[in-house]
Amino acid sequence: MQKVWAFVRGCFLLLRKGSKLYYTWVSALLVLIVIGVVAYANQMYYGLIVTAMRDQVTWGFYISNFTFTVGVAAAAILLVIPAYVYQWKPIKEIAILGELVAVSAIVVCLLFVTVDLGRPDRFWHLIPKIGILNFPQSLLAWDVVVLNTYLVLNFGIAGYMLYSYYYQREPNMKYVFPLLMFSIPAAISIHTVTAFLYNGLAARPFWNASILAPRFLASAFCSGPAGMILMFQIVRKWTNIEIQDKAIFKIAELIAYAMFINLFLLGSELFKEYYSDTIHLAPVKYLYQGLDGHSDLVSFIWTATIFNLTAFFLFLIPQTRENHVTLNIGCVLMFIGVYIEKGMGLVIPGFVPDVLGDFYEYSPTSTEILVSMGIWATGLLVFTLLMRIAVPIMNHDFHVGEDGVKPHIGDQLFLVRKRVVVEEEDIYSP
Amino acid sequence: MSDMEERDEHVFRLTRRKALKGLALGIGAMALPAKDASASVWESFFQKNFRELNRSERQVILARLEKEYSARYKKPVRVKDTPPIEGALYGYGLDLSRCVGCRRCVYGCVTENNQSRDPQIHWIKVLRLEKERGVDLEHSEQYYNPATVPEEGYFYMPVQCQQCENPPCTKVCPVQATWKEIDGIVVVDYNWCIGCRYCMAACPYGARHFNWKAPGLPAGDMNPETHYLGNRPRPVGVVEKCTFCMQRTRERDGKYPACVEVCPVGARKFGNLLDPASEIRNVIENKRVFILKEDLNTQPKFYYFYSV
Ligand code: SF4
Ligand code: SF4
Repeated sequence: MQKVWAFVRGCFLLLRKGSKLYYTWVSALLVLIVIGVVAYANQMYYGLIVTAMRDQVTWGFYISNFTFTVGVAAAAILLVIPAYVYQWKPIKEIAILGELVAVSAIVVCLLFVTVDLGRPDRFWHLIPKIGILNFPQSLLAWDVVVLNTYLVLNFGIAGYMLYSYYYQREPNMKYVFPLLMFSIPAAISIHTVTAFLYNGLAARPFWNASILAPRFLASAFCSGPAGMILMFQIVRKWTNIEIQDKAIFKIAELIAYAMFINLFLLGSELFKEYYSDTIHLAPVKYLYQGLDGHSDLVSFIWTATIFNLTAFFLFLIPQTRENHVTLNIGCVLMFIGVYIEKGMGLVIPGFVPDVLGDFYEYSPTSTEILVSMGIWATGLLVFTLLMRIAVPIMNHDFHVGEDGVKPHIGDQLFLVRKRVVVEEEDIYSP
Repeated sequence: MSDMEERDEHVFRLTRRKALKGLALGIGAMALPAKDASASVWESFFQKNFRELNRSERQVILARLEKEYSARYKKPVRVKDTPPIEGALYGYGLDLSRCVGCRRCVYGCVTENNQSRDPQIHWIKVLRLEKERGVDLEHSEQYYNPATVPEEGYFYMPVQCQQCENPPCTKVCPVQATWKEIDGIVVVDYNWCIGCRYCMAACPYGARHFNWKAPGLPAGDMNPETHYLGNRPRPVGVVEKCTFCMQRTRERDGKYPACVEVCPVGARKFGNLLDPASEIRNVIENKRVFILKEDLNTQPKFYYFYSV
C-alpha cells in the first residue's frame, strides 16, 4: 500500500513539471473548462430552457456528443486485440495509449450525460441500493453499468501496468491477460448498449432498425482509430515517444475495412427505407433531402457522407494510406464525418418529425456549445495528464529511484519539439 | 417563432454579470442544499421513492409539501395521496364525430392540473386532420388558429396520455420514477425523476412534458386541491403528464376528469372498464372504436370512435 502512495505522490510531482508548452496547453484547456463551467452554472440557474431542446426534440447536442464519444472509447479495443491476442509487437507499445484514450473518452461521456440531466442533484438515485437502478429493464441503467465498468477496467489495466513499469517490473500477465480479454467484450458492450438505448424505442422508427447496433460498431471502428492515428503522430512529434509507421499504417488498413462495412450497412438501410416507402421514410427524408421545407440537417449529412467516402478511398489505396499527408487528411475527414453522422445525424432525426407529426428544427444554443467545449477540454486535460505520466514511464524516464522510495524523474519537459537542443530556460516549474 | 425568440433572449442574457451570478448560484445549488440550512431542503433531498415510503413517512412528506405550497401560493393547499380505488381500471373514450376542435379541454386541463402558464405546458394537444386523408398524423396541424371552429374539410383529434396497459415510457426509466398504478394510471414521482427524458423519447404519443424552466404558476391560478402523484406544483427539471385527473377521479365522491366536464359537445367519455354498466364499456361494446398506433402494442386505454 505504501508503494502505491509513493507512486501516486511521484505522479503528482511529475504532473507539475513540464515545458512552457506543456503549461500553456494545460492553461488553455483550463480556460475552456472555466468557460464551460460558467455556461453550465447559467444552465443550472435558468433550467434547460437555455438549450434549444424542447418537448418535441428532447435530446440534442449533449446526447449527440455522448453517442459519438462512446464510439471513440470503444475503439480502444481495436488496438488491444492485435497487441495482446496476436502479440503483434509494434502495436503493443501503443495499446496502453489506447486504453488511456478510452479512459478520457468515458470521462467525457459521463459528463455529457450529467449536463443533460434536468436534476443532476438527484444523480444518486441511480446508485443501486442507495437509490433505485432500474436494471435490467432500462437500457439507460445498462449503459450506466457498462460505462462505469469499462472506465474502471481500463483505468485499472493501464494503471497497474504503469505502476509495474514504474517499479521496474514486468506486469504480471496472469492478472492482466484475463482483464484484457474481458475488456474486449466490454468495449463492444458499451457501444452495443448505447445503440440499443435508441434501438429499443418503437416510438422512433428512425432508431428502431436492427441495423443500428452493427452500424454503431462499424462507425466507431472508423472514428476512434482515425482520431488515434492523429493523436499518435502528435504524440511522437511533441514527446519523447517512438511510434512506428508500421503500426499506424496497419490501423489505417483496419479503418478501411470498417468504413466499408459502415457504408454497406448505411446503403442497406437507405434501400429498405426508400424502396418500401412507408411513413417511416419521413425522418430519413428529413435528414437527406429535407421535408416540407425543413432542411437544417441536409447540408451536414451530405458533408459527412462525402467526407466518409473520400476517407474510405484514401485508406483503401495503399499509396495514399502510406503517405502521411493523405493519411492525415483521411483521418480528419473521417473523424468529422462520423462525428456528424453518429452525433446530430443520428439523434435529431429520431425526433423530427415528432411522434405526432410536428416539426421542430433543433440547432444548439451558445450555452450548449460552450458547455460541450468545456467537456471536451476536460477530456483533453485528463488525457494530457495521463500521458504526462505514461510517456516518461514507457521511456524509462520516470521510475522509482535508487533508494526504492523517491521517484526518479528523467523527463522534465514532456511536451517539446523533438531533436531540438533543450535550453535551460525552457524548463518551467512554479 | 416564440421558441426561437426565447432562446435568443437567453443567449443574449448571458452577459458577464448574469453569468457570474449564475455561477455563484449554480455552484450553491450544486454544492447540495447546504446554503439553505432549513431542514426541509435536506428532507426533500434525501426523500425516498414514493413507492418505498411507508404510511407515516408519506404523512410527513405530504405535510411538508402542504406547508411549502401554502406559503408559496398564499392559500391553504391540500396534497393527497389517495390510493387507487379497488376494482377500478379507467378507460377513456373520444368521439371524433363530435369534437369541434375548440381546445376548451386543453385549457380546462391546464387550470385543473396546475400546468406551467409560462412557458405553457399542455397535456392535451388537439390535432387538426384533413377529412380527405383521415388519421394521418404526419399531415396533422397542432397550431391551427382560425376565427371559428370547426373548419370546412377538417376534423379534430385530441391526443393526451393514452394510459397504455403496456407502457413503453415506464420501462425505460432508469430510476423507476414513473410507473403504472393498479387502476391503470401512469404516474411520475416528481421528487424522484432525474430529468433524463428517456421516457419522452419512448412515448409514441408525445404525452410527456418537461419542465425546461421553473414552472410559472401565478398564485391566483393555482388549484389548491392536489394529489402527490398528480396535479401538485412541479419542480423544474422533471417530467409530467396526464393522470386522468386522479385528484378528482380517485375520490369516493368521484368527479369526471376536468376535460370530460368542460367539453361543450360531450365528445369525451370516461369510466371504469371493469364495470359492465359504465359509459366507457357501452362505447366499446356499441361503437366501432380504434386506438392510436395499434401496431406498437402499447395497448392504450384511450378509445377513439365515431358516434355517427
Ligand atoms: S401515452 Fe405515453 S406517457 Fe402515456 S402511458 Fe403511453 S407511453 Fe406512457
Ligand atoms: S425523465 Fe424522469 S420519469 Fe422520465 S425516464 Fe428520466 S427519470 Fe424517469
